[in-house]
Amino acid sequence: MPLQRAVRTPMEIEEQTDGDLGSKRMIVNFGPQHPATHGTLRAIIELDGEMVTNMDLEIGYLHSGFEKISEYRTYNQTVTVSDRMNYLSPLCNNVGLSCAVEKMMGIEVTPRCAAIRIIMYELSRIADHIISVGLQAMDLGAFSVMLWSFIEREKLYDIFEAVTGARLTTSYTRVGGLMRDVPPDFEEMVRTFMETGIRTTREMENMLNENEIFRGRTIGVNKISKEDAIEFGLTGPLLRSCGVAYDVRKAHPYLGYDKLDFKLITEEGGDVWARYRVRVGELYESFKIVDQVLRNMPSGPVNIGDPEVVIPRKNDSNYPQGGMEGLIYHFKNYMYGHGIHPQPGEVYMATEAPNGELGYYLVSDGSAKPWRWRVRPPSLYNYQAFPVMCRGGSISDVVSGLSSLNIIAGELDQ
Amino acid sequence: MSLEDDAIEALKARFPEAFQGTGEHAGAKWAYVKREFVVPALTMLKNELACEMLMDLTAVDYLGKETPERFCIVYQLFSLSKNQYFRLKAWVPENDPQIDSIWSLWKAAPWAEREVWDLYGITFRGNPDLRRIMLPFDYNGHPLRKDYPLIGRGERQNFPRYVK
Repeated sequence: MPLQRAVRTPMEIEEQTDGDLGSKRMIVNFGPQHPATHGTLRAIIELDGEMVTNMDLEIGYLHSGFEKISEYRTYNQTVTVSDRMNYLSPLCNNVGLSCAVEKMMGIEVTPRCAAIRIIMYELSRIADHIISVGLQAMDLGAFSVMLWSFIEREKLYDIFEAVTGARLTTSYTRVGGLMRDVPPDFEEMVRTFMETGIRTTREMENMLNENEIFRGRTIGVNKISKEDAIEFGLTGPLLRSCGVAYDVRKAHPYLGYDKLDFKLITEEGGDVWARYRVRVGELYESFKIVDQVLRNMPSGPVNIGDPEVVIPRKNDSNYPQGGMEGLIYHFKNYMYGHGIHPQPGEVYMATEAPNGELGYYLVSDGSAKPWRWRVRPPSLYNYQAFPVMCRGGSISDVVSGLSSLNIIAGELDQ
Repeated sequence: MSLEDDAIEALKARFPEAFQGTGEHAGAKWAYVKREFVVPALTMLKNELACEMLMDLTAVDYLGKETPERFCIVYQLFSLSKNQYFRLKAWVPENDPQIDSIWSLWKAAPWAEREVWDLYGITFRGNPDLRRIMLPFDYNGHPLRKDYPLIGRGERQNFPRYVK
């Protein structure tokens, strides 16, 4: 039988048996409450002087049972669950989930819906990366970079609030469309943000690129080899910083990413510096994507016309006000046991979230609720490789490495 | 030929006694193998068909459904060089929830296996570190099983209270 009731981790037990003061080894407990962990993460670090010789990670402090809860919700209701996973970029989770259900049902969204989704997705990526870089700089002593990045994120959250009605729990997408269209001054808001956003990104780069302390604490630190990165299933900026050109947006384009012109940023080295460079590079690319989509913003409806999936609007010409049909579809969509019924089957759909490949694996049994609702959280697979990165480095590099992984505890612990 | 067709053909040819059919939905094909052959089948897929990455490892509980067995382990593989996914599945019976571990095959596997063990109670033979990962170490039961109620089994009500 497996170790079902391990009161202590194996390393802690070892310390008990031979942990006299004369020995060279020392066990340091890092977290779960520590300013540099950015969430409830716990690492038990074995030290030889200042050098990390071994590390055991403990996760699960934020386990909320998202997968279990979602099996008891309809497909559209699970959007609210997906918000809470990655709390730095909730819109990416929303879009990924809706795309997965649409793939399972064979639905193609309208051009305007796809464009809005891409804009919101890339704005979320900007919010996530800019905070990630800012916090990384803060952990290494550059405090003002963090404050600047938070100013930009505030502006982004104001846009999210204007569009979705909420700053964090956005729940913006629906199967076959969106909750609502963007407000009329949306383009102006985004353009205003982009002006300052690009400027702040450049300023952040100016602060960090030639910063001797930042360079010294990132270049060659927390290295992982290309082979190990593939073995560990790393994705996103971590994989691209090892020189592997894999991005779901390029490899398996969704929502029309293949029609957009953007570069795939890769760096060699696999260290903290390379991850920082990839993130900053992707910030510029995201600005570029938003600009492109805004320039060719299609008009038209945001929801598909199928009334079985999306309820018709009250002033729809096919279902005039007070129309019986529209009312029936409204009931059919929201009554218990009715609503969206995908065919029995399953789907795996991946989108490129800021942290890596966010895959939804949904199994339908033909009823209104998903039989299995599985998320492949990029943070889980990324964090698993952390002990390998830290081994052989100094304890202060643990902090530098942890902030470069950008682990989101809500997504990690599900 | 896509990776999926190649992989299904190769599995059929190399493990005829283990091959248990295929499935298809939403543009993806997958194959079932007997659980005793999971390690050799995945080794072949990794080494000969260039499925370098284990994207995800999870399980599905088909309680009350007309399936060969109650549990199904799902291996989501990805080939970087061919840029294609492939899904391999293995049925695990309810009365003997065990399957061979692939922790030595991919470094991504240990935590994924720990998660499946924690939430489904399926033992991975050979995984040296099969501890609970999401739930507390003294938790009883495996909550993602379909016969585990959503409200829990009194964990919240029976939580020890602080008395002054």
